[in-house]
This record gives sequence, C-alpha cells and structure tokens, in this order.
Amino acid sequence: MRDAEFLIEAMVVQLRELLARRGIAEPALVGIHTGGVWVAERLRQRLGLTTPLGQLDISFYRDDFSRIGVNPQVRPSELPFDVDGRHLVLVDDVLYTGRTIRAALNELFDYGRPASVLLAVLVDRGGRELPIEAHVAGSRLELPSDNHIRLTGPEPLQLLIQTAA
Amino acid sequence: MNTANIQLDRQGRLLHFLSMEGLSRRHLTEILDTAESLLGVAERRVKKLPTLHGKTVVNLFFEASTRTRTTFELAAKRLSADVLTLNIATSSAVKGESLLDTLRNIEAMQCDMFVVRHEQSGAAEFIARHVKPHIAVLNAGDGRHAHPTQAMLDVFTIRRHKPDFHQLQVAIVGDILHSRVARSLIHALNILDTPDIRVIAPRTLLPVDVEKLGVHVFHDPRAGLRDVDVIVMLRLQKERMEGALLPSEQEFFQRYGLTEERLALAKPDAIVMHPGPINRGVEIDSRVADGPRSVILEQVTNGIAARMAIMSITLGNHARPTGEAL
Repeated sequence: MRDAEFLIEAMVVQLRELLARRGIAEPALVGIHTGGVWVAERLRQRLGLTTPLGQLDISFYRDDFSRIGVNPQVRPSELPFDVDGRHLVLVDDVLYTGRTIRAALNELFDYGRPASVLLAVLVDRGGRELPIEAHVAGSRLELPSDNHIRLTGPEPLQLLIQTAA
Repeated sequence: MNTANIQLDRQGRLLHFLSMEGLSRRHLTEILDTAESLLGVAERRVKKLPTLHGKTVVNLFFEASTRTRTTFELAAKRLSADVLTLNIATSSAVKGESLLDTLRNIEAMQCDMFVVRHEQSGAAEFIARHVKPHIAVLNAGDGRHAHPTQAMLDVFTIRRHKPDFHQLQVAIVGDILHSRVARSLIHALNILDTPDIRVIAPRTLLPVDVEKLGVHVFHDPRAGLRDVDVIVMLRLQKERMEGALLPSEQEFFQRYGLTEERLALAKPDAIVMHPGPINRGVEIDSRVADGPRSVILEQVTNGIAARMAIMSITLGNHARPTGEAL
C-alpha cells in the first residue's frame, strides 16, 4: 500500500509545465471511472481550474463486450461542458494495455470534436497493446503481467500493488 | 409455467426477459442503474453506442404495435445493432407457416435476439424454449400475461421522480382485467418492496382473485386516489373488450376518468402515468394528460433507455460463456 499523493504532485508539476508550453489556459479535465475521476478531481483543485469535471464510464465502449458483457456497476457519463474546440485532459489511474483509453477516446468523440486531447495517468505500468502513450505520468514502471495494481480512494488515495504469490 | 428457470442462467443472470415472475430486486436494480447510464446518450451529438455492433436484432410482431415496436427498433439502433422488423400477422402466418417454421427460417439468417409480441399468452416463452442457445428473447407483450419491458420503463420513470419505493403509494386505474401492463407493473412494484399498491376499477374489469397479486382493491377512485404518489392510468382496451363489461365509454369516464378534480385527491407532487396510446376523454382528461403532473411523454423517452439496458444486459450474458469469471 502506497500513498498516492506524491504521484499526484508529480502529475501537477508535469501537467502545469505542459499546459504552459502549449499555451492552454483552461483545459477541461475528464476522468475515467472510477479511479481516474478521483485523480482528475485532485488535479483540477491543484491546478485551480474552474471548468467542472467531466466523467466517463466506458463500459458501453469496451472491446470485450462479447466476452464479459455489460459491467453491472455502470454509471452515467457526464461532460458538463461543450466538447467542440476545447482542450481536454483525459485522466486515468493506471495505463496498461491502452484499451480503456481507446474506448474513452471513441466515447469523447461522440460528444463533439475537441481541439486536442492530452493523456495524464497516475501510473504507467507498461504492457501496451495499442499505440497509445501518456503525456503525463506520476510514475512509470514496468510490472510483470501477473501483478495487479489498483487505486483505492477517494480519501485517502492509495495504490495497491499485488505481486503474484 | 416455469418462466423463472428459462430466463435465468445457472448463476441467476438474465438470458431472456420474458416476465417479472422469478426476478429479484437485484435484477431490476441492475436494469434500472444501466438504464440511468444510457439515458444521457440521447442528449449527445452522436446518439449511438458501439455496444451491440455486429449483432442482429429481429422484431417479431405477431400483433400490431407502433410505440413498442419503434422504441425497440430505436433502442437496438442506438446500441449499433442491425434491426429487422417482421410483421408476421400480415405475412407467413397468413400463408399457413407454423410458428416453429417461421422461427427456424429467421434463425437461419444468423440473428442474436428476438423481440416478440404475440396475442397468445406464453408465446415469447415458447419461443425462448425453442431457439438456439445463443439467441436472447425479449417479451414485448404476450396476450394478457406480461409486458415486462413496459413495467421496467414505468418503474424507471417512477424512480427518477420518487427514488424510494419503500415509501410509495401507487394507484393503477382502469382495465386491469385485460392489462398485461398492469400485471407486470404490479409484480415489479412488489419486487421493489412498494408497500401500498392499489388497483381502482369496476368489478367487471378486475381479474378474479386480484388481491392475490398483492394489491389493495378499490372500486371508487375518491377513496383509492387519496394521498397516492403515483397514478397509472390504463388504456381502455376497446379491441380486447368482449361483451358488455362496461355500459359506455362516457360512463367509464364519469366514474373513473382522471380529471383535475380527482387528481387533487392525490399528493400535491403526485405524477400521472399512462402506457399509451391514450384515449382522451375516456380514461384521462386532456387537461391532466397535457398538464404539469403528467410524465406520459417522459415514459416514451425512458422506454428507449430501459430497452437498451435490457438488450445489452441479456446479450452480454449470452456472450459470456456460463461459468466464466468476470
């Protein structure tokens, strides 16, 4: 069990620098349920952004519906701002295969045409199966595929890494 | 009828949606929560999800319907399925093809879901027992028996206005006898632990032993509507009316029709529902149907989300081989 706040801190520093370099003053943050929403809310507060938080539940966009069906704990997606022409930061807790991000991008574009989308994650654990990379990562590590990593929260935010027995 | 078994798999997950009988609070809550997540899709620029991309849904309508058929079609299309609607009443049945032969022919077109409406009670279940195992069957109304997707959109609409079923008083008014909508709704409300379900109707429009469904029976709306939270008006089913069950439509309106005066007996924030199509001036006054307490058009919108939820859950459970962990 590790406290995730210092990883948030690392994300804030990187994201602030990246947004300044790109000249983006007020991006909209979009968290992916559930962990990504917790991380995105922390980032939004630390960056002093006023645009309300967007939330995505990508259950209906997953590529494995024919294997696992619909997640019984699905929640509504909610983007309380106009996506068209806006700079977005997509936020998730753990970046692994990249399939969740693929699904999230598809869902985002069903709301409109954003000016740009950045990807910020708490942990990049390697193991990508798609051409997707994070612009901002609180930590980058290479974990074996039999390890599980999970964020618990929202108070406190803690990372749980389980190694295979 | 052993409906409980056939619509669930060994883990108790929904494979078909045929009737409320044998379903638990957990099944209904899962459908309601999923429908809630799907409601926002209609507000987006792209009103479509990729979930059922590559699946084929066949609407088998042995009995005429406009609203139910179109909302099922739209629900399937918004999930990216391909949809085919067959009005069998006007095609093969006339040519003398048996139900099973019709079924085998449509199965041979590689479809994944049948949505069935039939004037015979038990037709959807019969089809579910005879289709290939990968096909999901949804009951879109069978005779006087059940109309479970209508009941789900009704409880979904109620929950969006009155989230706590444990507090609710619900009155269902009109032709209970011929109404599969009423039957399914009463079951659904009981599964959700609604403490006070009332039916209000003349004796001739109530089934024998109606109390056994778990309802309080009223013949006078002045008593039955008092302090209720929800009023569900049923359509007077003229096409199902055999013999002289009522003196006249005018008299029915006078005794049971929902007017502003009768609505005033209910709680001040009571909602008025109707499965449609409404007979204005027969079971409901236009001022009530079009008034601020009416949620009749919301029911139509909610019907699409509720059917999308049921389609994605049942097809999702078919997709997952039995016993495989999540």
